[in-house]
Amino acid sequence: MRKVLLIIKREYLSRVRKKSFLVMTFLVPALIIGMYALIIALSIRGGDKQTSIRVLDESGIFAGKFKNTKSVEFQTAALPLAQEKQLAAKENGGFLLIIPKNIEQGGNIELYSRKKAGMLTISAIEDQMNDILRTKQLKDAGIDPEMLNQINPNLSIESKELTAEGEKDSSAGAAYGVSFAAAILIYLALFIYGAQVMRGVIEEKTSRIIEVVISSVKPFQLMMGKIIGIGLVGLTQFMLWIVLSTTLSTITSQTMTVAAPEQVQLTQQDKKSARVAIPPAGESPVATIFKAMDTIDFKYILTMFLVYFLGGFMLYSALFAAVGSAVDSETETQQFMLPITLPLLFTYIMAFSFIVNNPDSTLSFWLSIIPFTSPVAMMVRLPFGVPAWQLTLSIGLLVAGFVFTTWVASRIYRVGILMYGKRSSYKELVKWFMYRE
Amino acid sequence: MLSIRHIVKQYANHTALDDVSLEISKGSIFGLLGPNGAGKTSLIRIINQITAPDSGEIYFNNEKLNASHINRIGYLPEERGLYKKMEIGEQILYLAQLKGLSRHEAVKRVRYWFERLGVESWWKKKVEDLSKGMQQKIQFIATVVHQPELIILDEPFSGFDPVNAALIKDEILELNRQGATIIFSTHRMESVEQLCDHIALINQSRKILDGPLKAIRDSYRSQTFSLEYSGVLNDVTDTPLFEVKSQQVDDNGGKITVKLNEGVTPNQLLSYFIPRVTIHELHEVIPTINDIFIRKVKNLDPQAETNNIGPN
Repeated sequence: MRKVLLIIKREYLSRVRKKSFLVMTFLVPALIIGMYALIIALSIRGGDKQTSIRVLDESGIFAGKFKNTKSVEFQTAALPLAQEKQLAAKENGGFLLIIPKNIEQGGNIELYSRKKAGMLTISAIEDQMNDILRTKQLKDAGIDPEMLNQINPNLSIESKELTAEGEKDSSAGAAYGVSFAAAILIYLALFIYGAQVMRGVIEEKTSRIIEVVISSVKPFQLMMGKIIGIGLVGLTQFMLWIVLSTTLSTITSQTMTVAAPEQVQLTQQDKKSARVAIPPAGESPVATIFKAMDTIDFKYILTMFLVYFLGGFMLYSALFAAVGSAVDSETETQQFMLPITLPLLFTYIMAFSFIVNNPDSTLSFWLSIIPFTSPVAMMVRLPFGVPAWQLTLSIGLLVAGFVFTTWVASRIYRVGILMYGKRSSYKELVKWFMYRE
Repeated sequence: MLSIRHIVKQYANHTALDDVSLEISKGSIFGLLGPNGAGKTSLIRIINQITAPDSGEIYFNNEKLNASHINRIGYLPEERGLYKKMEIGEQILYLAQLKGLSRHEAVKRVRYWFERLGVESWWKKKVEDLSKGMQQKIQFIATVVHQPELIILDEPFSGFDPVNAALIKDEILELNRQGATIIFSTHRMESVEQLCDHIALINQSRKILDGPLKAIRDSYRSQTFSLEYSGVLNDVTDTPLFEVKSQQVDDNGGKITVKLNEGVTPNQLLSYFIPRVTIHELHEVIPTINDIFIRKVKNLDPQAETNNIGPN
């Protein structure tokens, strides 16, 4: 046991002391916060520079009714069509919008430019045109648009969860976000740290230190020491990320909330002038996000995340270790990697195409129970509510699963690490597995 | 010290060791000799408990070999290496602790050896920054740092440059004087011939010969002598003393190899030659271990069937 602790200590310290560990520790939260800030900043600021659009309105319905916004500026096209087209064909020439006479009968609207028009520009024009056309048609049908403006329902559904303690606010969206992020993180972490185990085994094999070490400790002790050591590196990394991100986002949230009132005014101005789509008045997007975050049971998700990360890591890293022991260099690992990556990749794809939409279906149930797929699948199912018996079963099987893979892997590992310069095949691995000692 | 009894080890499609038994006495320097692939490394791995035999037993100081003996054995494998990116001091400390030393004791022992081999200044260096020769010294320290009672060296001098090989040889002899039992395993038999007091020959997974080196060589003496001389030697064939095995003649002398007949002494041989030529050198032709091995394998030896020349 003392020897396993020594191995764990070496594996852990030799990785944590690396510069790349420090870089990762600080870079990742910075990136996450940076992205977060960027999204918020972009949603506040809108598009970038103003695009100018010259409107040739043959129908006469739209004349003078377009409203300039921060991103789009409208002008009436007064020149003959040919000249207007030439203008639009020039560099930085802007756009030429041609509205046909039969617009109300479904005529085609055309937008000419040298560059392809961006999605945002097109949807800004479409929104305005729809609005103007609707107002005109309502008017034609004898409805007063003024009255219509007053009837402006703005619904948003507030979801409440019924629990034993009564009802509580829940924000499905945010909970999904957090546990999906956790699922992606587990998926990535299993690969990243699993590969580290594999690389560690290969390093010991190619540097030929392996025989010196296993004349002191049993191969199983070495393998377990390595797996646990690297698992702890992963945990340390996550803990640091969580601590750093919470600290950073608390700071960000405070500065953002101070900035919020200004921004609310801005959105209301926008609404008056351009009727662009905006969140419900009175709440900034930032505040919405933070309010939603408050409703998530972080402790629960975090606990489950750690349980499934550790379980999945133990399960897969044993297999990675076996692969590492069977090869002489990283380039040879390809042939053995497929069966390991396939279940993970499959769950990952299923998670975001199927499980999200059918969290309680039979397939989702089984994916979240089978140990090879449960670490990712269960994280995705969590926000939809998973019965306790299913969680227990899933975790129980995960533990059984890693005991099993560790047993299989260690039998291959103990033989593989002493096989130098031999190209191994699956047949070979089975043979190694069968060796008595 | 070490008693190896009827070890059999089989791999899927070949037998690595076929009923091998050896007795290695305390304080001896034992040569485990044989060509590549004979089964030496398999045997050593079994002694180090890296693998287990299919049948047979090993006793270490009269106790059945078990995990507690691991810390009393020092092993320099044929395939050797160190962690490339780990500081050398830390690395040897780690390996010493894996052999059961406390950290405190390990620090003391590692310091001692670093000073002894004059490598104190390398403590903070990494293996990748060291030359091959430096790495060999470090590797040797890792093998002996925990004061093992039994030191097993697999192909110890392959890859060592002559200066380091001599240095390491002296250190090994010193450890032996202090009481450690040494096992040399090598296919280059001439490299350890002068060092060993006992040897065992292994070929194709079987032991074909073992015993004290001197006794083995004595048993392979065949009363053959080689004589160098100057002058002209005529007609030596007709004598009851010996028969000529070979003769070379050059400008002012030559060399003759003869096998003495039963009961004839070297002195009689000399008396025969003294009146005829000027003698420069007379020596007995004793086969080297390599010769014995080849003869043994090719079964050229008349006494081939009496294998065991037990320890005297």
